Amino acid sequence: MTQSNDPILKVRDLSVEFATHDGVVRAVKGIDLNVLPGETVGIVGESGSGKSQTMMALMGLLASNGRASGSARYRDEELIGLPETKLNRIRGAKITMIFQEPMTSLDPLYKIGNQIAEPLVRHKGLTARAARARALELLELVGIPDPQRRIDAYPHEMSGGQRQRVMIAMALANDPDILIADEPTTALDVTIQAQILELLAQLQEKFGMAIVFITHDLGIVRRFSDRVYVMQSGVVVETGPTEKIFSRAEHPYTRMLLAAEPRGRKAPPRPDAPTLLEGRDVEVTFDIGGGFFSGEPTKLRAVDRISVNLKRGQTIGIVGESGSGKSTLGRALLRMLPSKGTILLDDRDISHADRQEMRPLRRELQVVFQDPFGSLSPRLTVGQIITEGLLVHEPSLSAKQRDQRAIEALREVNLDPVMRNRYPHEFSGGQRQRIAIARAMILKPKVVVLDEPTSALDRSVQKQIVELLKQLQSAHDLSYLFISHDLAVVRAIADYIIVMKQGKIVEEGTTEQIFDRPKDTYTQTLMAAALDQTRFRTTAA
Amino acid sequence: MTDAVVDDTAGEVPVAGRSFWSDAWLRLRSNKAAMVSLFYLIAMTVVCIVGPWFVPHTYTTIYADYVRTPPSLSAYPKADMIESALGDVLKRMRVELKDWHQEGERVVFSVTSSREIDERNTRYIDRSDTFDDAKVEDRSADGTEMTFSAGILRQYFIFGTDNTGRDLLSRTLMAGRISLAIGLLAGVVAVVIGVLYGATSGFVGGKTDEIMMRIVDVLYSLPFIFFVIMLVVFFGRNFVLMFLAVGAVLWLDMARIVRGQALSIRRQEYVQAAEALGVSSRGILLRHIVPNLLGPVVIYMTLLVPHVIILESFLSFLGLGVQEPMTSWGVLISVGAKNIGSANWLLTFPAFFLVSTLFALNFVGDGLRDALDPRDR
Amino acid sequence: MFVYVIRRFLTAIPTLFVIVTLAFFLIRVAPGGPFNQERGLSPEIKANLEAQFGLDKPLWHQYLNYLNNLLHGNFGPSYNLPDFTVGELFANGLPISIQLGASALTLALIIGGTLGIVAALHQNRAADYAVIATATAGSTIPTFVIAPIIQLVFALSWNLIPVGGWANGALLNKIGPVITLALPQIAIVARLMRGSMIESLRSNHIRTARAMGLSQWSVVIRHALRGAVLPIISYAGPAAAALLTGSIIVETIFAIPGVGRYFVDAALNRDYTLVMGTVVVIAIFTIVFNLIVDILYAVVDPRVRYD
Repeated sequence: MTQSNDPILKVRDLSVEFATHDGVVRAVKGIDLNVLPGETVGIVGESGSGKSQTMMALMGLLASNGRASGSARYRDEELIGLPETKLNRIRGAKITMIFQEPMTSLDPLYKIGNQIAEPLVRHKGLTARAARARALELLELVGIPDPQRRIDAYPHEMSGGQRQRVMIAMALANDPDILIADEPTTALDVTIQAQILELLAQLQEKFGMAIVFITHDLGIVRRFSDRVYVMQSGVVVETGPTEKIFSRAEHPYTRMLLAAEPRGRKAPPRPDAPTLLEGRDVEVTFDIGGGFFSGEPTKLRAVDRISVNLKRGQTIGIVGESGSGKSTLGRALLRMLPSKGTILLDDRDISHADRQEMRPLRRELQVVFQDPFGSLSPRLTVGQIITEGLLVHEPSLSAKQRDQRAIEALREVNLDPVMRNRYPHEFSGGQRQRIAIARAMILKPKVVVLDEPTSALDRSVQKQIVELLKQLQSAHDLSYLFISHDLAVVRAIADYIIVMKQGKIVEEGTTEQIFDRPKDTYTQTLMAAALDQTRFRTTAA
Repeated sequence: MTDAVVDDTAGEVPVAGRSFWSDAWLRLRSNKAAMVSLFYLIAMTVVCIVGPWFVPHTYTTIYADYVRTPPSLSAYPKADMIESALGDVLKRMRVELKDWHQEGERVVFSVTSSREIDERNTRYIDRSDTFDDAKVEDRSADGTEMTFSAGILRQYFIFGTDNTGRDLLSRTLMAGRISLAIGLLAGVVAVVIGVLYGATSGFVGGKTDEIMMRIVDVLYSLPFIFFVIMLVVFFGRNFVLMFLAVGAVLWLDMARIVRGQALSIRRQEYVQAAEALGVSSRGILLRHIVPNLLGPVVIYMTLLVPHVIILESFLSFLGLGVQEPMTSWGVLISVGAKNIGSANWLLTFPAFFLVSTLFALNFVGDGLRDALDPRDR
Repeated sequence: MFVYVIRRFLTAIPTLFVIVTLAFFLIRVAPGGPFNQERGLSPEIKANLEAQFGLDKPLWHQYLNYLNNLLHGNFGPSYNLPDFTVGELFANGLPISIQLGASALTLALIIGGTLGIVAALHQNRAADYAVIATATAGSTIPTFVIAPIIQLVFALSWNLIPVGGWANGALLNKIGPVITLALPQIAIVARLMRGSMIESLRSNHIRTARAMGLSQWSVVIRHALRGAVLPIISYAGPAAAALLTGSIIVETIFAIPGVGRYFVDAALNRDYTLVMGTVVVIAIFTIVFNLIVDILYAVVDPRVRYD
């Protein structure tokens, strides 16, 4: 690798504005940025920091209401304001980009081989035949198994991880100088995430292109990049070599981000704590396909004979990757899905309770969902949302008493009660999740199922929510069933962990056992992928 | 990035929030085309309801002297029309005109006849649409010559008149009443049936849903016009009943839309959260599903009303809808189309009223859709 | 693929059967009969006529008879146009209606599609607003207003085309009806195309195509348009079925001897066989075009499979 110290990409005073209904929004407010040949630059920030829009601007990919100003020079060419035809000679050839959404970033209507070949034909002028041969090589290079056959596959026939590999193949087809990776692993499971990062590191070693890595995940930046830019609300607040940022961060925002990793451990419940919720051999099957005319549906066993035993004051973390059945298990225990096996709540058998019989028990068994935008009814005020359960379980309350309870509940989740006549869309994601928690807590439940309650939130907000949940737990002696794919969060909140894969428990034990001495190989891979601190490669910055 | 706001000293008086509907209204208000159209529609409705009382002609009065009179802002009769109207009157009186002249707002004319002229002949003059207040001014000794005077009756036909001499302005306004009323009536019927059917199907789900939707599919594949004609055949010329029935045919789309919405709302996490709170089916339906359905229903309703108005016009155009002497825009346009070579105002005025109303409904519908279903939220 | 088409046709048979049955009994329930109109027929002649056409038999017998005839491709005689069988009426009129409908549909897809694409590529700019305004006008003005206006302007004022008539399919005679039929369709297709094209241009894979530096042509035509035609295809199927089976308005105003007029006349005159014939023809067209839509869909979108 030959490295000169002249940046190949020089961004100076770049601003991005969007014209919206509520006036002009400035997403990027005059930032400077350099990329040297062959280096890896990390751009870190939370949602809305403008990190993606900076790169979209210089690639000419802003939404139609967006406008970029300032300067971004690739070698000697000014990219901002460059006419589309000239820009098209650079993007896809010299600067390429891969995106967060592997499921939708490929055209569903064309075979992947054709899609990889297209930029080759376009920029290198290859014949269709030569481009196909090259596409085949690239597929092999990015580790698609059986490329001879898969080259004629359509995107929908591939998994998310494979599609991201295809995107990488496409991006590297023309030996670019710079690869911009916009949260390329965020939508993927941790184990896949590690594989993709590994692949990117290998390919960089091989081709020597510079990588601009946009992410919210500090762990990835630390393991992957040479230099870091930290962005907050459209401004670069701090920049420097990775090592320096992680050891001696100067800006308070950077420090806050670094401290945002949920920390702390939870002590196990007292040994004599009574069991509150118990599932024995819980089994859930789904019918796939089938209908009036199409005959017998196939059965999918989403939860395969799982037993759970939740004590008072305990938090059980259920971890697993997408499709492992962890959310389905949660819903089965809540009796929101038909299931086989026995479920006991406070020693009462509720396995066969119908809606009517479940109703009085619901106040003891509450739930908080993942999506803070989908779980609050958009037509009701916050006050109406959180007091809805009181209408069912304490129908004797007057409107005034209910209002009083709403005020108390909002205080408890650290929200200002004057907000109770507002509507959900007027709140941020973190605030909405607090509202959802208030809705569950107002009934004073004994058990709360938390289904990925922090997954849609920024790290710093995640930490606050975790703190809040811990506070509420100790104040009310609650039991939690905490479902998550995020091991860092689970480690901070759970005292007992169940690892699930394809509907089965692969391993369970105390948090220490699972994190420090995992026995099962799958658990080991999962832990390694999530918590490994070693760098993917070593380059001198 | 702390987003929690705690202020214990803050008052217990809550801040008012911006509800979905007030948000939508704000957005609609900033949409100029939609607001102009909304006011236009209101004005059109008011004019059609109130207007006929202020127009000096009723929509059924026939002015034999004014058949196919072109529209004009000045009063009739025009100078040349007086003489021909006079000729018509004298023909009925069976007398010969000797001479005539105009004195201000009256005409004075002398007539002769071979026989004696009856003074009561003035009633022929009064019966004309052009003259009134006829008097005998002078008569010859033998009674075969007589001089009459009569006031000229000034009439306005701003939109002109039709083939039988009826005032087109009052007919157009009257037609507007009918067309708008039918549009609203049939629209409401279609929406009510569609919402009930679709919501039941979507909310109950399962086999019931499958069967209910299969029925809709079968009804869809029958030619729509077939239904309408069957209804015309059944209900005959009672147009109110008939259009209730037309509304009852138009519910299919509404049912599909509502079912789709109900299904997707049922899958939302906030409905699951309500279920987890133990809220009854009734509560979920009333508090969560219905309020969230209102948006699409309102949007669809604004699309349906113009649809029904066109349908009514179409049927009336074919002679299957509203019957004479009652009228609607479709009836008027049909007459206009047949007389397009000789009296094009018969087409242009009703067509303008119909088309401009449809346009306005369209813009209001689009505005409502943008206001109620903002993609960029 | 072939098996799929066969299976689709087989599943269409029960649908067709239900439609025929429903229509048959509905029209029979309606009061009146083909020979009840005020024609001064004496009761004997009326009874004779009814016996001649088998209308004196029990209804279920007539129904089975009709089904049997239909299976043999025989639509029966027309009661009100006694010189013709229903089959002959369609053989004469249908080609005319199909010619007009097909021309209008072709125009609509080409012009409407182009307008929609142009509008989408210039979203919220002058060209876009012009297309939206035209499309709104085209889809709000009813055909029975457009047709006389075309007559007034092109035929009466400018003398460019004849006011009406078919004249054995002379080109000038087709212009008026085809434009009248096409205008609303152009408007609808343009609107649909604009919407789906905007949606398609916003999708992530278009962003990928642009990030790879593909030419504007490739981005718009190869990637965006292919996905955007799917809604157009689903619209065009039923629209084709409706257009090709004739339009009563256009055929009445321009005095075209197509089949669009039969339906209303026949229903009002209780010309049972002609009504049934029209229902069957429309249903067959609908079924065939829905099948074509499904096949085209699968050709364009590999995610759709035949099962």
